[in-house]
Amino acid sequence: MSVILVLIGFSLLIAASFLFAFIWAVKTGQYDDSYTPSVRILFDNKTINNKTINNKTINNKTINSKNINENEKV
Amino acid sequence: MHKEESLDTGVHGAIGLEKFSYDNKIVRDFAIATMVWGIVGMLVGLLIAFQIYIPALNFNLQYTTFSRIRPLHTNAVIFAFVGNAIFMGVYYSLQRLCKARMFSDLLSKINFWGWQLIILCAALTLPLGITTSKEYAELEWPIDILITLVWVVFAINMFGTIIRRREKHMYVAIWFYIATVVTVAVLHIVNSIEMPVTFLKSYSVYAGVQDALVQWWYGHNAVAFFLTTPFLGLMYYYLPKAANRPVYSYKLSIVHFWVLIFIYIWAGPHHLL
Repeated sequence: MSVILVLIGFSLLIAASFLFAFIWAVKTGQYDDSYTPSVRILFDNKTINNKTINNKTINNKTINSKNINENEKV
Repeated sequence: MHKEESLDTGVHGAIGLEKFSYDNKIVRDFAIATMVWGIVGMLVGLLIAFQIYIPALNFNLQYTTFSRIRPLHTNAVIFAFVGNAIFMGVYYSLQRLCKARMFSDLLSKINFWGWQLIILCAALTLPLGITTSKEYAELEWPIDILITLVWVVFAINMFGTIIRRREKHMYVAIWFYIATVVTVAVLHIVNSIEMPVTFLKSYSVYAGVQDALVQWWYGHNAVAFFLTTPFLGLMYYYLPKAANRPVYSYKLSIVHFWVLIFIYIWAGPHHLL
């Protein structure tokens, strides 16, 4: 049963590292706001409609539809 | 045409707002792999279920006896079906939660093909009787090393994405993903320490009761951190998204994670009682 010491050791190591992560999270203000993050995940970034601007030259640049699919940071 | 030009100016022309893209292709690949391995794994499960009632269904072949393809079924369903589903869900939601593309497309590809290679190795070795005989950790040492490497690739890709996130707050789902990555790595390595005898045969460094204790510390937590925590994270993302409303109490979800991470790992020995 002495191997239980190894297991306790590894389990404590994980627990300790997450304890530091928790302290970090609290100190850096991760949990200052415990409501709006749950709402904000519901809003995704604006997507440019591929069909309207696909492969058309705008401002002397050709926009590749693949690069802007569902991904605009607005 | 006029409309298009004004869109360009407004969105990323004059104002110069940042433009980036999500990697949806890797998500699709993992989705296909999830479905394919799900069907394969469950069909093998169906076969061994029939074998219990009709033993002749082992076809009188050593490769298709219950004892050899039962671990094939469990490995396929847990690590191939569920594993690919975890990657699919994490690669999709992490990019959106971090408002960033995955850290490295190359690492994503290595993660994908490496994981499929591991599954292929499992599908070949287990029916051949090549096994460590540790439940849910049957794969022999070269495959164990491969699993470790691919898992580390996944970890680097994930932490890289988190570090480069454009969103200050780390949504609770991300914490569940972190718990999964870190803990599965530790469990897999500690339980799989073995002495190789030949290329395809090794013996666990633990013996007897010690081995049993380590094995079920691993076994319990494989269920906990491979089958449970990733999906808790995914549910905290997908359920609000599907319902288009936030979780009832986000505060409680934060408490949920931190309580779970400090308590969950201790519960392994109940498998031995």
